[in-house]
Amino acid sequence: MTPSEIRELTIEQVTQGLNARRFSAAELAQAALEFAQAENPATNAYLHFCPERALEAARRVDAKIAAGQNPGPLAGVPVAVKDVILTKGVRTTCASRLLERYVPPYDATAVIRLEQAGGVILGKTNCDEFAMGSSNENSAFGPVRNPLAPDRVPGGSSGGSAAAVAQGTALVALGSDTGGSIRQPASFCGIVGITPTYGRVSRYGLVAFASSLDHIGPFARNVRDAALLLQVIAGRDPMDSTSAFAPVPDYLAALDGNVRGVKVGLPREYFKDLTSQTGDCIARGVDLLRKLGCEIRDISLPHTEYAIACYYIICTAEASSNLARYDGVRYTRRSAHSETLGDMYRHSRGEGFGAECKRRIMLGTYVLSAGYYEAYYLKAQKVRTLIARDFTEAFRQVDAIVTPVSPFPAFRLGEKIADPLAMYLSDIYTITGSLAGIPCMSVPCGKTRDGLPVGMQILTRHFDEVGMLRLAYAFEQAGGAQL
Amino acid sequence: MKISEEQVRYVADLANLELTDQEVARMCLELGAILQYMDKLNELDTRHVEPMAQVLYEAEETATLREDVEGPTLGPEAALANAPLAGAGYFKVPKVIER
Repeated sequence: MTPSEIRELTIEQVTQGLNARRFSAAELAQAALEFAQAENPATNAYLHFCPERALEAARRVDAKIAAGQNPGPLAGVPVAVKDVILTKGVRTTCASRLLERYVPPYDATAVIRLEQAGGVILGKTNCDEFAMGSSNENSAFGPVRNPLAPDRVPGGSSGGSAAAVAQGTALVALGSDTGGSIRQPASFCGIVGITPTYGRVSRYGLVAFASSLDHIGPFARNVRDAALLLQVIAGRDPMDSTSAFAPVPDYLAALDGNVRGVKVGLPREYFKDLTSQTGDCIARGVDLLRKLGCEIRDISLPHTEYAIACYYIICTAEASSNLARYDGVRYTRRSAHSETLGDMYRHSRGEGFGAECKRRIMLGTYVLSAGYYEAYYLKAQKVRTLIARDFTEAFRQVDAIVTPVSPFPAFRLGEKIADPLAMYLSDIYTITGSLAGIPCMSVPCGKTRDGLPVGMQILTRHFDEVGMLRLAYAFEQAGGAQL
Repeated sequence: MKISEEQVRYVADLANLELTDQEVARMCLELGAILQYMDKLNELDTRHVEPMAQVLYEAEETATLREDVEGPTLGPEAALANAPLAGAGYFKVPKVIER
């Protein structure tokens, strides 16, 4: 297997190749590992590799095939996993100095499920520290470069997972999304990224950032592969009390290309200032949907302009609570300046966290502190209700909503890092769906004149991943990426 | 809007977070700008709106509570494996009780 062959593989082709004995899972794993390791100095997509675990998983697949057993829907598929998702015995750092040497004692449920389905984890991918960021520049272990344009960011926070799939070293990857951390990097790297309904995929073993907003979801180079990975990881998990009981439908069955009569809403608040090349790409995407038989309608999500303020209050409040556990007692790193218990807490945290984590801990602590709780945190929770209600109203009129993923394509490294508020504002199109907890995804929608990919966001009702995937698949098959 | 140095140090203390003087100075400006932006929410009248603490959706009634039976646990060795300092089956911390 050569890198150029691996780069083109789909999950279906891996299954066929294994069944026809054209290659073994172990051969593919070995070749993919070598490819990923050779590619890594250029992008920094992976923080570390786990060759032993990968080859062991691949050999299990080969043994099952040799014994005539079903090796599972992801048999032999090289997978990358964001380094905020726990892997037993394999370092999980959250791209933070604080957890540089942390080796989890258990696996995340999503990891267990994808390995049971025959998936082969190559390594752990770079991201913004504790998943806080929109460019992957907040990693303690260096930024990731966009494989399509090395002077540009891959997006964030799941930038490494997106880059690994875009460069072709992994067929699919797991990321996490709190306010856009799967969809935005997917759009910057020209691939598919899905944020499922809140509760659709278990978060057991996902290092918590903002618990009322955190999701695990798939990246892939095409809609079918993304749907297949989602199928494997979705479903109730007793280890996550927020995971949903709703039965998981057959996502692949939704990929029939028939979207005639589907009512698609364009929220006017998202389009009124969109005069950029990104806007042109989305306009061409909407034309394509119309040609496919969708009914395009103008809709309104009136509270959109309040979403960023609302989101950054809620997520920082929750983050400040979740990150309180890193106190120098349990998680590997303790400051050398630890004469008293209080010193140990303050110095371990002061030395361990990077600038963005500190900023969010401070903001979150501030908005939860006495005298400010009602003015900020409670107020934001009420505004969240209004934003969620906007979507409920909109879905009375339409079956799906289509928007851009980001106001602009991948920007240059260093371009936005100096102004944290400007970076927050770039999340405008992705955080509304996160606040409502509905399924959302990014699907490639043409390129700018400079050849930078643009992503179209599709949002549907709670648990209507089927409707979202059907639309995305029809769009992709009709040439959406080439617009 | 600018947050005072005193406020920043007070919040850092609540968060058990050591900040350098340089970091404090930067937080005064950055937090100020972000909080000023967040004041935008005051444009909305939310007196009759319920707060949303969790994602809500229509679902059938389910038995979310499991049987009260003991399941497998990590065990002390695995639980302590990542401790910076452990001994005798415990996490060790600096002395907190004065003689």
